[in-house]
Amino acid sequence: MNPLRSVTSKSICWARSNIDTDQIIPARFLSTTERVGLGRFAFNDWRYLKDGSPDPDFVFNKPENAGRSILVAGPNFGCGSSREHAPWALTDLGLQAVVSSEIADIFRGNSLKNGLLPIVLDQAIVDELLAHPEWELAIEVADKSLRLPDGRRFHFHLDAFQQICLLEGVDELGYLLARSPSIQKFEESCHAR
Amino acid sequence: MSARTLFDKLWDAHLVEAETAEAPALMYIDLHLIHEVTSPQAFAELESRGITLRRPERTKATLDHSTPTLPADSDGELPYHNEAARGQVQRLRENCARHAVELFDMDSEARGIVHVIGPELGLTQPGMTIVCGDSHTSTHGAFGALAFGIGTSEVGHVMASQCLLQRKPKTLAIEVDGALASGISAKDLILHIIGQIGVNGGTGHVIEYRGAAIRALDMEGRMTLCNMSIEAGARAGMIAPDQVTFDYLAGRPRVPAGAAFDAAVAGWKNWYSDDGAAFDRVVRVDAASVRPTVTWGTHPGTALAIDAAIPVAKDAAQQRGIDYMGFKAGETVAGSAVDVVFVGSCTNGRIGDMREVARILRGRRIHERVRMLVVPGSAQVKREAEAEGIDAVVRAAGAEWREPGCSMCIAMNGDLVLPGQLAVSTSNRNFEGRQGPGARTVLASPATAAASAIAGVVADARTYVVGAHQGATNTDAKLVAPEGAPAGAGVSA
Repeated sequence: MNPLRSVTSKSICWARSNIDTDQIIPARFLSTTERVGLGRFAFNDWRYLKDGSPDPDFVFNKPENAGRSILVAGPNFGCGSSREHAPWALTDLGLQAVVSSEIADIFRGNSLKNGLLPIVLDQAIVDELLAHPEWELAIEVADKSLRLPDGRRFHFHLDAFQQICLLEGVDELGYLLARSPSIQKFEESCHAR
Repeated sequence: MSARTLFDKLWDAHLVEAETAEAPALMYIDLHLIHEVTSPQAFAELESRGITLRRPERTKATLDHSTPTLPADSDGELPYHNEAARGQVQRLRENCARHAVELFDMDSEARGIVHVIGPELGLTQPGMTIVCGDSHTSTHGAFGALAFGIGTSEVGHVMASQCLLQRKPKTLAIEVDGALASGISAKDLILHIIGQIGVNGGTGHVIEYRGAAIRALDMEGRMTLCNMSIEAGARAGMIAPDQVTFDYLAGRPRVPAGAAFDAAVAGWKNWYSDDGAAFDRVVRVDAASVRPTVTWGTHPGTALAIDAAIPVAKDAAQQRGIDYMGFKAGETVAGSAVDVVFVGSCTNGRIGDMREVARILRGRRIHERVRMLVVPGSAQVKREAEAEGIDAVVRAAGAEWREPGCSMCIAMNGDLVLPGQLAVSTSNRNFEGRQGPGARTVLASPATAAASAIAGVVADARTYVVGAHQGATNTDAKLVAPEGAPAGAGVSA
C-alpha cells in the first residue's frame, strides 16, 4: 500500500444516503480474479445512459468533478456486502477519501486497507460541505483533521494503528506475521483443539 | 469476574493479544470459509509474498456465487454464464489444490451456499469464531458463534496468520418477547426488526437476539434471523445455543459423536450471556405485533406489513426508492403485479423453506405472468427435497427447480430479473439492480413468495393456508376464506 499522508482537493458532492456496494460495483463485475482496473465498473448502473454513453447528469460524469479525490456523500455510505472490490473500484477512480456522517463497518475496514480514507463527521458539517463543492478541502492524516478554506478545522476519528499504516504505507499482513510467536503460544495453550 | 455477555465471552476466549490504545486486538479465527469470488486476490497476494496458509485445515472452500443452477449438458459440461465465471471456479480449484484446502467442488455431495453448508455439515459450532469473505457470514451466529464477513485483504490475513486485527465492537440486545402469530416466520420477524431499527441501526454493534420468541425458533429460523443482521448494519448477530442447537448438531458429519459429543455439549452450554450482563443498547420487539412483512423501497430498512400503507417519503432518497419500485405512498405492497418469484439464498434456501413453499404450491399453478425459480441452498437440501417429492410439486405448479447456488440473489451466474420486472424474493437485499440491472425487488418470506407466485400479485399467504409457519405439517394447511384480504390477493386455487 502506498502511504497516504494528506489529501487536498475540491470534493465530489453527492447527498444521496445509503449508497450501497451493489451500486459502487454491481455484482456481475465480481467475476474477475484481479483487483486492478475496476474503476470502469464503478457505479456502472447509474453512470451510463441506455445507449452506453456517459450520463451527463451523473455526479462522477460532471466535468467540474474530474480529477477530484474526495467524495462527500450522504449517510450510511458503503452499506451492503463485504466486497473489497468496492474500495478497489473507488481508488481506481482516483478517490482518496470518503466523507459521510456514517460509513458502513465492513466498507470502512476494507477502505483503510487500500489507501482510501473513511472520514466520519457530524451531519451538519457534511451538509455544509455538500453545499460547497467549490471549497478546496485539506485533509491531514497526521493530525486527523479536515480543513476548510476559511481556516476552520474538523477532527475525525482514526484508529492509531490505522493512522500509522496509512502514514507509513504498511499493510497489516506484515504486522500479523510478526505476531507468530503469540499465535503459536495461543494455539498450544488454551485453544488446543 | 463480572457478568459478561455471550459476545464478551466469545471475544475473551479468542484473544491472542488484547487491544491497546496503539494496536487492535489480535483475534484467533477457528473456522475460515471461502468461495470463488472473494478469495482469488487473497491467494495471489500470499503467493506473491511467498507465504503459505498457517492452518489450512481450518479453511474450507465451496463454490456458490458464480456457479450455474442449470444441470450439466449431455457431455457433462456445466452451462457457466461466461468464461470469467468458469475461470473463477477453476481458479479456486487450483488454489485449493496448491494450498491443501478442502474444497466442496461441483460434484461434491456437500457443496452448496457457504452459509448453508457450514451448519449442515456441522463445521459451524457454538463458541467458534467464524469468518468468510461474505457479509452474510453473520448467519453462523445462530449457533452461538461470533461470525462476521470480511474483505479480501482480511481473507489473506486469516490464511496467513489464522488471526484478524479487531477493535471491540459495541453490543446490541434485541429482546423479542411474546410469540409469533401463526403464519409468521423468522423472515417476517427480521424484516420487521430492520424496519424498526433501520438499515444502519446496528452499525458498530454485534447483535444478540434474545427472548421467548427467539427460543421458540428452530435452527433454520434462527439462521434466517442472524443472516440479515448485516442488513441492519451489524457485522454479526448471535443467539445463545440451547437444546434446539444441540439437537440440530447431533449426528452432523463434522460434529463429534458419542461421548465426545456429550463433552462438546457440556462445553457449548457455557456460551450464554450471564444474568445482569450489560449491553450497550437494548431494543425490545413485541413478537405478537409482527405481520407478514415485505419491503417497499430499495434497502432492507424499508420494511412494513404487507397490507400497510407505504409511507410518504421522508427525503429524496426514499422518494427515489419508491419511484424506482413503481410504488406510491398510501398504497400497499400487496396487490402489486409480480413478474418473478425467487425462492432460495443463504437467507431462505434451507429444507424448511422448500417445504413451506411446496406446502402452498401443492395442487396449485403459479400465475401465467410469473416466472418462479426455486433454488435449494445446497446439494443436501436438494436431495432431501427431492426425496420428499418437493421438486415434483414445484414443477407441477409451473415453477423451475434448480441446482444449488446463490443464483438470483446476487445475479452473478446468469439467473437474473429483467429490467423493470418486479420480483418477490426470499433473499436478503433489495438494492437497485441487485437481482439484475433495473430489477425491482420485494423482500419477503417463503410463504409470501409462494402465495405471490400463485396470485400473480404480492399476496398474503394467510389468504391461502392457515398455519403457514416453518415446520408446519400438511395437516395444518386448510383453505380459508380470504377475510380482509388485500386487493388482488384473493385468487382462488
